Amino acid sequence: MAATANVTESKAPELITVAYEHPWLVRIAHWLSAVAVFVMITSGLRIFIAFPSFGPKLPEKDFIDIPKAITLGGWLGGALQWHFTFMWIFVGSGVVYVIYQVVTGHWRQVLFMPRDIKGVWPMARHYFFFGKKPPVDAAYNPLQKLAYTSTIFFGVVSMLTGIVMYKPVQFWWLAWPMGGFHYARIWHFLAMCGFVAFIPGHLIMVALHGWKNFYSMITGWKRDPEYLE
Amino acid sequence: MSDEPQPASDEQPEPKAAEGDSSQNATEPPVQEEAPPAVPRFGPAGDEQPEPKAAESDSSQNATQPPVQEEPPPAVPRFGPASEPVREVTPGERRRMNRRELLKVAPVVVLGAFAIPKLRDPLLMRGLEFSDWAAGALFGRHRRAQTFSDSEVAPFERFPYNYYDVADPDVDLERWTLTVEGLVQRPGEYKLEQIQALPKVVQNTRHVCVEGWDVIGNFGGTRASDFLRAIGADLTARYLELECVDDYYESIDMATVLHPQTLFCYEMYGKPLDRGHGAPLRLQMPTKLGYKQAKYLDTIRVTNVLKGGKHGYWEDQGYDWFGGL
Repeated sequence: MAATANVTESKAPELITVAYEHPWLVRIAHWLSAVAVFVMITSGLRIFIAFPSFGPKLPEKDFIDIPKAITLGGWLGGALQWHFTFMWIFVGSGVVYVIYQVVTGHWRQVLFMPRDIKGVWPMARHYFFFGKKPPVDAAYNPLQKLAYTSTIFFGVVSMLTGIVMYKPVQFWWLAWPMGGFHYARIWHFLAMCGFVAFIPGHLIMVALHGWKNFYSMITGWKRDPEYLE
Repeated sequence: MSDEPQPASDEQPEPKAAEGDSSQNATEPPVQEEAPPAVPRFGPAGDEQPEPKAAESDSSQNATQPPVQEEPPPAVPRFGPASEPVREVTPGERRRMNRRELLKVAPVVVLGAFAIPKLRDPLLMRGLEFSDWAAGALFGRHRRAQTFSDSEVAPFERFPYNYYDVADPDVDLERWTLTVEGLVQRPGEYKLEQIQALPKVVQNTRHVCVEGWDVIGNFGGTRASDFLRAIGADLTARYLELECVDDYYESIDMATVLHPQTLFCYEMYGKPLDRGHGAPLRLQMPTKLGYKQAKYLDTIRVTNVLKGGKHGYWEDQGYDWFGGL
C-alpha cells in the first residue's frame, strides 16, 4: 500500500516547465540564413580576390590579401555560382523572417529602439568585463536587440548594394543614394564585415548560455526558461 | 505578491488598444529595474496574447493538440517570447513536443545536398539558371545604360586589353567579311563598308568586367538592331550567335541585341578599332558584362536554338549566360 502510494506520488509531480520561444518559421529562417550567410561570405571573398580593390578601374594595388583557403568556389566563376544561388536563400529567409515578425507583432521584442541605447553598455560590461548583470525584464536584453537588429540591417544593406552591383543598369536609381555604382562595392564589403563581427560574438554567447538555449532554436521549446524564475 | 505589478499592466488594456499598451509597457522597464529581483519576468509578447491574431496563429500551429487544457492553468498565465503560454509537461509530453517541432525544421537538411559532390554542380547550375531567368525578366528593353561626358571617359591608354587566347589573332583586315547565317532573308558575306553605311552611333558608356572593375570608354558603330533589320533577320528569334576569328564564341538574347545601345562597334575613341580591341568589328553592349562583348567577329547567326552548351566561351566554363547589367 505504502509502496504504490510512493510510486504514484513520485510519478505524478515530475513536470517540466517549457516555453515556446521560436516558432518554426523563425527557426527555419534562422538555419537557412545561417548556412546562406556562411556561403555568401566565403564565396564573396573569392569574388573579391578577382579584383581586390575598390577603385573604379584596374587595381593599382591590392587592397587586402585574402587567403584562398577561407574562400568557397575555387575560382571566380565557381564562387559566382555559389553567390548567385545562395543569394536567393539568404534574401528569401530574411524576407520571410521580417514579414513574420511584423505580422505577429513580435518585432517589438527584438527591434533595437532608441530607448534601448542606455542599456547596451551595462550589458556589454557584464558580458565582457564580468560586471554585475543588469536586471532584464524582457525576452531580449538591449545588447541582444542591438545584435539581432544589426543583422537585419547588414542583410538589407548587403541585398541593396548587391542588387546595384549585379544589375547597375536596371537598378541605376538604387545606386544614387549609396553614392554611386562604385560605392556599392564598398558598402557591400562593409556589410559583410558587420556579419563577420556578429557571428563570433553570437556563437560565443550561444556557447555560454548552454545546451537548452541552443536547443530552443531547434525545437522551439526551452526547458526551465530563465525569465520565469 | 510580487507577481502583481506585471499582471496588473496586462489587464489594463482595452482590447483594441493593444498596440498602444505594449509601447507603454516598453517605456516602463527603467522603473521596474528598481523593483525587487524576485519579480517574475515575462516575454513582452505576452501582452499581445489577447489579440485575436496571435491566438489564431497559435491554434493553427498546434492543430493536433489543443494548447491550453491539459494542466490546470497556473494562477497567473505566463507566456514565452512566442506568445505561447508556458506549459508544465511530463517528460514524455516534452519528448513528443520536441520531436514534432524538430520535424518541422527538418526541411533545412535539404541544404546538405550542396555538400554532396554529385549533386552540388547540378544544383548550382539550377541556381545560376534561376538567376539568369530573373535577370532576363528584369531586363528593360528600353532602359538605357548611363552615358557619360567626354571628360569622364578614361584615356585610351588606360582602356585595358582583354583577351582569352591571343591579343591579336592576325585578322586579314583587307579581305575580312562578316558571315551572316540563320533566320535572315539575306544571308551571306558582308563587307565592313556595308555595315558602316548604316547610321553611326557614338556613345560614352561603361564597360564592366565580371571581375569587378569597370572603365568608361568611347565607342562608335552601327546599332545591331539596324543591321539585323537591314539583313532581314527574324527579330522574333531568340538568340544571336557569334563566332570569332580567335575561336571565341558567344550568344546573346534577342532583347539585348535589339537594345538601342547595342552596337556592332568598329570605332573606339574616334579611330578604327585597333587589333587589340577586336578589329575590325566587335560587339559593344553597355547592358552586358565584358565577357559577352565578343571581339574579332567572324560569323553571326540568328537562331532559336543554341548550338551546343550555352554557346559562350566563358559561359561553358561556368559563368552565367545572361551576364546582364
